[in-house]
Amino acid sequence: MENYVTLKKADFNEFIKRLAKIQKVVAPVKRGLKNFAFEEVTSGEDVALTYIPTILPPKKYFMPPKESLAEFNKKENKWETVLEYEELTIFGVHTCDLAGIQCLNMVFSDTPKDINYIVRKNKITIIGFECNNYCDEHASCAAVDSYLPKGGYDLFFTELKDVFIVHINTLDGSDIIKKVNLFDIVSEDYAKEFKTVRANKKEVFKDEVNVGYKGLKSLFDKSSGAKVWDDLDQRCVACGNCTNVCPSCYCFDVVDDINLDLNTGVRSRKWDSCQNEGFAKVAGEENFREERGQRQRHRYMRKFNYPVDKYNRYFCTGCGRCTRSCMAGISLKETINSLVEEIK
Amino acid sequence: MKKIILKESEYIMKSATIVKAKQLTEFEKYFEIALDGDQSLDHMPGQFVMVSIPGVGDAPISVSSSPTKRRTFELVVRNTGKLTGALHKMGEGDTLGIRGPYGTGFPIKKLEGNDLLFVAGGLGIVPLRSLINFVIDNRRDFGNVHILLGCKTPKDMLFGDEVERWSERLDVEFNCTVDKSYPDWKGNVGLITSLIPGVNLDPDRTFAIVVGPPIMYKFVIKELLAKDIPDSHIYLSLERHMKCGVGKCGHCQIGEHYCCQDGPVFSYKKIKSNIEAL
Repeated sequence: MENYVTLKKADFNEFIKRLAKIQKVVAPVKRGLKNFAFEEVTSGEDVALTYIPTILPPKKYFMPPKESLAEFNKKENKWETVLEYEELTIFGVHTCDLAGIQCLNMVFSDTPKDINYIVRKNKITIIGFECNNYCDEHASCAAVDSYLPKGGYDLFFTELKDVFIVHINTLDGSDIIKKVNLFDIVSEDYAKEFKTVRANKKEVFKDEVNVGYKGLKSLFDKSSGAKVWDDLDQRCVACGNCTNVCPSCYCFDVVDDINLDLNTGVRSRKWDSCQNEGFAKVAGEENFREERGQRQRHRYMRKFNYPVDKYNRYFCTGCGRCTRSCMAGISLKETINSLVEEIK
Repeated sequence: MKKIILKESEYIMKSATIVKAKQLTEFEKYFEIALDGDQSLDHMPGQFVMVSIPGVGDAPISVSSSPTKRRTFELVVRNTGKLTGALHKMGEGDTLGIRGPYGTGFPIKKLEGNDLLFVAGGLGIVPLRSLINFVIDNRRDFGNVHILLGCKTPKDMLFGDEVERWSERLDVEFNCTVDKSYPDWKGNVGLITSLIPGVNLDPDRTFAIVVGPPIMYKFVIKELLAKDIPDSHIYLSLERHMKCGVGKCGHCQIGEHYCCQDGPVFSYKKIKSNIEAL
């Protein structure tokens, strides 16, 4: 198998150790009951190989919750645009989160390009990790066709019984293989086992919602007057959890912070949420999305409808985070199924 | 975390100086602005700029002057938010930052050779003025021109002298109305919609360009459609909250459209089925 190598499971700890010597490594780490987070690791023992999607997706490294855009000095009439970045390897990115990063790549590479994002992204090495089974009942990665790897990584790990089989996708990935120097060529047995794992996945991952892949977009085409939104209007508390944890949500606010000298300061962008009441409000108090139901519909449209025309893909990656983090118990799968029921 | 200075970024702002400032009404202030280093803004009528005051923030403001006016450009700002409040405290000689021009302006090429019906309600005259003056400066390129102007009271009328010059031109039809009159007011009294039925126009060669508060659009459009103006001949400029101006931050989204890039000028045909537009 060309561009594939294997790593013995016994060598995994050593792999992370050597990887961490090249540059900073972050990976999913257990953080209490049913919670995981991407954090810095130095040894394989720190890494949670079986994990449900982390509290925040790896988006936090590509588009930090708050980042400086410019620094100013009022007296000197000085304005300097800046970029903050970190050389980083992210290990253990599931296919849903790889899809999320691909969504962000498309948005920020679209004209006019966002230099801050693009430079930062180029400093990050991505090592994916395959889910051979569902993480939990909230995932819907088959519905949006993101349960199999489709690029967007440098290396990609799939767990077999005794080894990890690793796809080398980029020159950066190939560099790591050379530097770490723990990998073997793929034996015929492992190649066969790998094929079986992939074939099995097609049996496991399916039928999460009552509408097919293509039907999702047209379902939302017809969703404008649906009662589902009235129901969400009553339940949603507009906390913005769903958008914060979403791997493909990227809306932001731009804020100025002035230092105590009342002269120098920083302009930053920070995550914003279309679920916040003031998100679409203009000066003069007109609010173009005043109702929580309207705002929920907007969120769903931004996942299942608008980006299909613009970027030819769904912006929902099926990770299930919005459902897991919703304080009002709003479930993405239930919302879609209620829409199917109402609109059929 | 490493930090570098970017030579290229959408957030680079051009330094600019206020060359003239004038309070037009209680809430609206006029600014004539020059980009430093003799740069020209090179905007199209209907586009906007992001006006930036370091330490306060930035906000989208429509350019009110026509690009035929070189070297400087004009903004008229209502004191209604944080940035505009700070702007109102500024005057001649003060500096600020400008990004842009951004957005899709009025479709000049489509309008050329056709009759134009301008409908401006309230502050709508501010962006529409960029096109009206452009048309007047290139008068031969356009057919009949009809301007309908509406505001709350005679006191709220912006650009009084300029409006009077438009009304005195022989090649411009002009009508004005106020919602509430004063004793010495000689013009019409009533909503701007009341002026539309009386306009004599050829619907096939007329383009209607409408700018006003959100509430105004559906009533004006109804009257325009009653005059048989096709929906592809009706253009509107929409206002939305914006943070970036370059199609990323999400605040200005109107259904699938980004107001900052796909707009702020839209044809009615393009947005009539968009439930978030009007």
